[in-house]
Amino acid sequence: MFALLKKSPISARIGFAIVLLNVLVAIFAPLVAPYGETSVVGNVWESFSDEFLLGTDHLGRDLMTRMIYGARNTIALAFVTTALSFILGVSLGFVAATKGGWTDQFFSRIIDIVMAFPTLIFALMILSVMGATIPVLIFTIAILDSTRVYRLSRAVAMDIEVLDFVEAARLRGEGLWWIMRHEILPNAMPPLVAEFGLRFCFVFLFIASLSFLGLGLQPPLADWGGMVRENAGAITFGIYVPLIPAAAIAFLTVGVNLIVDWFLHLSSGLHE
Amino acid sequence: MQGDNILKIENLFIEGYYEEQWNTIVDNVSLNLKRGEVLGLIGESGAGKSTIGLAAMGYARQGCRLASGSIKLEGQELMGADDETLRALRGAKIAYVAQSAAASFNPFHKIIRQYAESPVQHGIMGYEEAEREAIEIYRRLFLPDPEKIGFRYPHELSGGQLQRAMVAMAMACEPEIIVFDEPTTALDVTTQIEVLAAVKEITRKMNKAALYITHDLAVVAQVAHRIMVLKGGKLVEEGEARSLIKNPREKYTRDLLSVRTLREEKSLTEDMDTILRVKGVEASYTGKERVLEDINLTVKRGRTVAVVGESGSGKSTLAKVITGILPPLKGTISFFGNDLSADLASRDRDALRRLQMIYQMPDTALNPRQTVRTTIGRPLEFYFGIRGQEAEERIRGLLTKIKLDPDSYIDRMTTDLSGGEKQRICIARALAAEPDLIICDEVTSALDQLVGEGILTLLQDLQNEMNISYLFITHDLATVKAIADKIIIMLEGRIVEQGEKKQILAPPYHEYTDKLLASVPEMDTEWLDKLLAERASSYLETVPN
Repeated sequence: MFALLKKSPISARIGFAIVLLNVLVAIFAPLVAPYGETSVVGNVWESFSDEFLLGTDHLGRDLMTRMIYGARNTIALAFVTTALSFILGVSLGFVAATKGGWTDQFFSRIIDIVMAFPTLIFALMILSVMGATIPVLIFTIAILDSTRVYRLSRAVAMDIEVLDFVEAARLRGEGLWWIMRHEILPNAMPPLVAEFGLRFCFVFLFIASLSFLGLGLQPPLADWGGMVRENAGAITFGIYVPLIPAAAIAFLTVGVNLIVDWFLHLSSGLHE
Repeated sequence: MQGDNILKIENLFIEGYYEEQWNTIVDNVSLNLKRGEVLGLIGESGAGKSTIGLAAMGYARQGCRLASGSIKLEGQELMGADDETLRALRGAKIAYVAQSAAASFNPFHKIIRQYAESPVQHGIMGYEEAEREAIEIYRRLFLPDPEKIGFRYPHELSGGQLQRAMVAMAMACEPEIIVFDEPTTALDVTTQIEVLAAVKEITRKMNKAALYITHDLAVVAQVAHRIMVLKGGKLVEEGEARSLIKNPREKYTRDLLSVRTLREEKSLTEDMDTILRVKGVEASYTGKERVLEDINLTVKRGRTVAVVGESGSGKSTLAKVITGILPPLKGTISFFGNDLSADLASRDRDALRRLQMIYQMPDTALNPRQTVRTTIGRPLEFYFGIRGQEAEERIRGLLTKIKLDPDSYIDRMTTDLSGGEKQRICIARALAAEPDLIICDEVTSALDQLVGEGILTLLQDLQNEMNISYLFITHDLATVKAIADKIIIMLEGRIVEQGEKKQILAPPYHEYTDKLLASVPEMDTEWLDKLLAERASSYLETVPN
């Protein structure tokens, strides 16, 4: 891993640095944050100062502290959600592609039904029935996202499934799980990883829009999407506060995608 | 008819970028092509033949560059010429016919529209005139129904017809030179003849110059005046076609020419163990149309049965039925006296182990994300539960058996191997299961001649050593002659003839067997002319007046 990193281009290193910085900050949030997550320490929307490095938010909480804790909630939530949606989508997609026939029809039609609902409305419905707790939030978004992942992984696996080495494994008598895990997955990695990078970022935005409607992470928990929403009004007064969490989202998105690009470059074998 | 030099390549060096540096792939090659002359470029893959062919058009593939030398087309230097100049020349003065016509046509446009595109683009003639010309050329290239065939879509033509339509397309702007890049390699022997006849028509009767690129000396002998033998980007030998084939100077050329030696005959007797018996099998993909009908055959221990036929004759389907991928509609398959269940899922592991398969395309038969160790080690673990040190030793033993050095190959990714090496790994993977029968589906047809022969020799040695039986599916009669004990000839899903080799390959021939045998090019420059004359006269005999 380290040797690989040494050979990586500058863009990938920047990506790694960004993600690493975010992850470290998220992990050590209580140690690096100057104040408590929810403590009100100053006036509303104060400007930069030695006391408040990034100023304060609409309730007079330190924005720097909120950003640090926000990283923790946002990244963890996005990561868990995306990972879950991939586990679900990829395994169903691969099963559908390798089994074919009725299994494929069954899964695909169910996915079609789920996809037929506008995602936001579907999420709103579930969240308002089940309550906007973190586990419900994670599962809802993961399930909705997994439909897209299913589509992609099924299509990719279909292409791989017809190759002779998969047939060879079948003739050997290998089980479904082994074929999926050892023959198909390694060859499906490039598009799946690219999709992971994208989906990971979309989850932020989705949570942000849910927060905007009041069904995302509940206050006083800090998350970047929610912080944009809470402070959105400030922009009319020419106050920069909502731009900071927005910039953080953009920053992390760019970082993740720089790494994904490099991975694609490595695994596609295109070196030109 | 031959006059001045129309194409003159001097001291050409071409470099390719791989392993993070520029490497020479064509090394100091010079050639002259006169008007009306056909020059054959021959060699194995990687010899640089196609690269030279493309360079003649001033083109280098992505990742390649024309490093130095000179390429003069009618006195005009193409080396370093700008794109605009080159574009005006391509198609108009020099045209290219690719290996796979099916992949070169746009599936959404009618053949004739694609024909007309180039002359209209170059401003040589209008669309209507191009259509008239096209029909004329289709007629000259013996395409059936020349008035209407152009108004079909590519998928409505057969492989041989498409390839001829492609040759016609290259003629659209009446270029001076045509580069044929393995135009018959993907075709059956019987359709190959149609294309060769078309090539001959163009070069002899229309007096066009051509570069004919192929790996098959017998093919090039039919069409070329002169032949250049290339190896690793270097010229090995050059000479007039007839004399080069009669008296090759270099050892490499002699290897290419060497008639495949028949192996020692093995007897087939009734009392030998029958390991596979296929009885009355019928199969279909759709449930309606039969792809296989009434197939009966047996395979004896330690012997090779060759299944021969053109593409579409159902021979690969037969392999699918035997392996259980396509359950037959009717009939039984018994293996060592026990009936095999029709579908794969209900066969027991031991039956699966004893019946292995080797594929046509070694590139897709190996998982590109696995090392040689994992590939060969998996059957050992799966069937015998062998792991760790013992597996390591077995894998090394198998690699030695297939004549690859264990130390340098065991840790390689399967993508880092050449075609022949990949095929050897496929053989090792099959051997790891200690099978009794191996089904070989066109195992040499994707490989170069010499590499393919290496594989056949290896399979033969393994059979002698381990008494394995082979069911050898192929369209190549030369391969059959070299390895089979018993031959089964298939046509349109049925077995037309089967029997011992000496009986099938000796007169009196079955009508279809005769046609197949006659279609295999011989190392004789006159062969095609003779054959075409023969067919023409027999055609005249059958048509009164």
